[in-house]
Amino acid sequence: MKCFSRYLPYLFRPPSTILSSTCHTEADIISTVEFNSTGELLATGDKGGRVVVFQREQESKSQPHRRGEYNVYSTFQSHEPEFDYLKSLEIEEKINKIKWLPQQNAAYFLLSTNDKTVKLWKISERDKRPEGYNLKDEDGRIRDPSTITSLRVPVLQPMDLMVEATARRIFSNAHTYHINSISVNSDLQTFISTDDLRVNLWNLEITDRSFNIVDIKPANMEELTEVITSAEFHPQQCHTFAYSSSKGSIRLCDMRLAALCDKHCKYFEEPEDPATRSFFSEIISSISDVKFSHNGRYLMTRDYLTVKVWDLQMENKPVETYQVHDYLRGKLCSLYENDCIFDKFECVWNGSDSVIMTGSYNNFFRMFDRNTKRDVTLEASRENSKPRAILKPRKVCVGGKRRKDEISVDSLDFSKKILHTTWHPHENIIAVAATNNLYIFQDKVN
Amino acid sequence: MYFSGSLLTTEEPPGREGCAVVLGQKPRSAAQQRHSVTATVSKMAGADGDDSLYPIAVLIDELRNEDVQLRLNSIKKLSTIALALGVERTRTELLPFLTDTIYDEDEVLLALAEQLGNFTMLVGGPEYVHCLLPPLESLATVEETVVRDKAVESLRKISQEHSPVDLEVHFEPLVKRLASGDWFTSRTSACGLFSVCYPRVSSTVKAEIRQHFRTLCSDDTPMVRRAAASKLGEFAKVLEPEYVKSDIISLFTALASDEQDSVRLLAVEACVSIATLLPQEDLETLVMPTLRQAAEDKSWRVRYMVADKFSELQKAVGSEITKNDLVPAFQNLLKDCEAEVRAAAANKVKEFCENLPEDNREQIIMTHILPCVKELVSDTNQHVKSALASVIMGLSTILGKDNTIEHLLPLFLAQLKDECPEVRLNIISNLDCVNEVIGIRQLSQSLLPAIVELAEDAKWRVRLAIIEYMPLLAGQLGVEFFDEKLNTLCMAWLIDHVYAIREAATCNLMKLVEKFGAEWAQNTIVPKVLGMANDPNYLHRMTTLFCINALSEACGQEITTKQMLPVVLKMSNDQVANVRFNVAKSLQKIGPVLDSNALQTEVKPVLEKLATDSDMDVKYFAQEAISVLALA
Repeated sequence: MKCFSRYLPYLFRPPSTILSSTCHTEADIISTVEFNSTGELLATGDKGGRVVVFQREQESKSQPHRRGEYNVYSTFQSHEPEFDYLKSLEIEEKINKIKWLPQQNAAYFLLSTNDKTVKLWKISERDKRPEGYNLKDEDGRIRDPSTITSLRVPVLQPMDLMVEATARRIFSNAHTYHINSISVNSDLQTFISTDDLRVNLWNLEITDRSFNIVDIKPANMEELTEVITSAEFHPQQCHTFAYSSSKGSIRLCDMRLAALCDKHCKYFEEPEDPATRSFFSEIISSISDVKFSHNGRYLMTRDYLTVKVWDLQMENKPVETYQVHDYLRGKLCSLYENDCIFDKFECVWNGSDSVIMTGSYNNFFRMFDRNTKRDVTLEASRENSKPRAILKPRKVCVGGKRRKDEISVDSLDFSKKILHTTWHPHENIIAVAATNNLYIFQDKVN
Repeated sequence: MYFSGSLLTTEEPPGREGCAVVLGQKPRSAAQQRHSVTATVSKMAGADGDDSLYPIAVLIDELRNEDVQLRLNSIKKLSTIALALGVERTRTELLPFLTDTIYDEDEVLLALAEQLGNFTMLVGGPEYVHCLLPPLESLATVEETVVRDKAVESLRKISQEHSPVDLEVHFEPLVKRLASGDWFTSRTSACGLFSVCYPRVSSTVKAEIRQHFRTLCSDDTPMVRRAAASKLGEFAKVLEPEYVKSDIISLFTALASDEQDSVRLLAVEACVSIATLLPQEDLETLVMPTLRQAAEDKSWRVRYMVADKFSELQKAVGSEITKNDLVPAFQNLLKDCEAEVRAAAANKVKEFCENLPEDNREQIIMTHILPCVKELVSDTNQHVKSALASVIMGLSTILGKDNTIEHLLPLFLAQLKDECPEVRLNIISNLDCVNEVIGIRQLSQSLLPAIVELAEDAKWRVRLAIIEYMPLLAGQLGVEFFDEKLNTLCMAWLIDHVYAIREAATCNLMKLVEKFGAEWAQNTIVPKVLGMANDPNYLHRMTTLFCINALSEACGQEITTKQMLPVVLKMSNDQVANVRFNVAKSLQKIGPVLDSNALQTEVKPVLEKLATDSDMDVKYFAQEAISVLALA
């Protein structure tokens, strides 16, 4: 694969824009997007509880440029709206997270979750159909049983490929608060589901019990000062997981030490700079996403204005800090008023952990090359997503004088936000969810 | 061949009934019902030779019915289908179809995997048993563990029916295919098949099998390594002794130091079987380093496994190693920092002590184990304490009277005062062990407050639990102590505000009467029970009736007729209808105990009056009692 950093500013071209309905409803808004471990499949979840799975086209000689296009493979309704009569609470169908399981046989498996319930889905193909009945003839008419003089065993005949999605397991009734993340363990046996105050450990094959491994609920809810915002398993060490908090800290827990992981073994936090302290300090330091690097050495966290990379060996400060949209620092007051300051941006690593991607407003998303320290702002929009066009870097102007091609901070559209992105595990292909549109961009071929 | 006769030899004769048997009686939708039944009725009426095919035709078609229940039903009758098709068509048509039917629901696949394990005769006997391998092979790769396990179980079963040649020509290649499959599901299934084919193949093939097993032990996916680790002991058993030393030990050591604790903990189990296979002199060098390491593993789950398997390990390694190694290891587990581990170890205290070599058992317990046990009595975790409480009494039989009085008794007494009711209950429920050794008197002073406290616990489930131990306690403590101290409690439960407690208390009285006899009942409890008949609360008045129901038989005819019956009869005038119909029910219940004179002269008039009661339920139960007692 080409060294990615050389291309950084002009890398991506959009092969296609998928899943864009012109008049969209709230239910069409994409709420999560995730590649599987081979990158062959890409899943999105939306506020309407649907999961759409895309499959990458196989390379064909006749149309070499079509390589890499993702087409819809399967669409299914994962969650339905529900009502909890005991608590008089509506449970939204919105898919909060999707996580793929490593492939174990010809079928694919993914976990999807809304606020309360995690489901394990199997997506499988069927290309044969049994034919030949004893009691019916070829046209489906019922035969006269007296004419049955011999038995027919059905024979499997090829048919058009059919993709089925079936719910294999439903993991419910374990969360009092809203599930914000799920993560599959590298032992391929367990996963965790995390809500605002607790982390539960499940066996993938057992739905009637889970173990609570972290509980930060204070005895008196009035003393509540901190909530869990996200949690993830270490990619290789099956006993390690990290969870982030609304106070800007990350805790690393070792499940070998004790059955309950209320005591962390590492605590990552950067002391606050008193000079920049303001009314919003606490809100903007809340971590919205935490991700281990693929090699398991680093943790990346996203807070409102920055992305930070932490070395697991260094707890007192991040090794790298990247400004995502520092120009918003002066606008925090209005962002607070329109609630944007509470947006939960996610962040992702590329396959080799050398580049970081995360979203911003105005359909902009940002990439940071960790080696060259170069960064770029790109825009996901219909205008610049013509096939084979190359994405132009965008700039937001901060000062008074605006150059051509620059956009002033005041004209940014805060309703167009890119919260969810994902990066192909091995190649430079990214998927970016912008409200109800999913953009897939890929590395320039050749 | 024996199955070449009529198709339906195992079923009813052809006709509607026969069809129903074949189809089974599973629920089905109205539409389907109409369809199959009308077809059945119209055609099966004129039963002749060809009709015998019809039920089979239905079964075959329903192999792919939309209704899971019908498919499942058909699969469960697969032998009937195969019998009808004959061995030839079963091999050439049915099995190929089944091989590709792995898209179905788990329960259907599970039933299929099970059926195929018993199919040898239906495909033509051992000569053709290899025809069953393809469908079982595809079932061994599905994602659902229960289905895979069942397929492996059936494969193991039919492997025994392969001739040695077929085993090498057909079965062993299948094992290899699974072992080198792309997906880990097939590789995990392979792990369970090595041990069944290994003993029956040539030495070259044996070498290949060992190689495959080695490869799977270092598979990339933890799933496969776990499967290999869990089959390691089983595989070791069929290996020649020299290979146990050369192959198995290195695999065992590698798995026991796997990076994933979920793999390491399974190696502990393998340790038990491997240790039993090796001569004593090799254990120290080959097994013990790994076991020591596992007992001190960084992961609590591995240590938990060691604690959980401690008795098996102890038996496997023998008394010498137990003395030198396992005793300190067990001490550490009892002092482990993780409560789960301590609880698992505490559960094993009695078993471990029992299995210690007798010559210096007492000394080991007194100097090494007892100090740890003493600490556990005041553990911070209640699960640990209650695990200990459920076995600690067993130590008294091992240590004998003097040691029990001097060392164990203080611990029992401390646990009887524990804040956690479960701990106290566990002690009380095991009193019999101590009773045998030192007699219960030693404990009774502390026992009483503990029982009283449990008897008045705010949680009704705790009260319920202690009631259930009352007959046992009464037996141990004797009638005198019981009358003096516990009788009042038993009576107090009768007016508990929770029905389940009142019900249990009633049942408890019956058991006490069975133990202490009718005379005791007449003097101590009957008066109190009957006294409640005048209670202002109708629930308590009903309790009297329930007690009488329970006690009449144990107390015998005289007490029932002379003391209980008058009270029951008097209550027939109660103003609450619930009491009145319970009078009717009680009379029905105690009727058989009474003599016919009392029945005719006393019971009958009352029941007849109740049968004309204004309340519907009273009337109903009175009439029922009259007819049951044949008083009409």
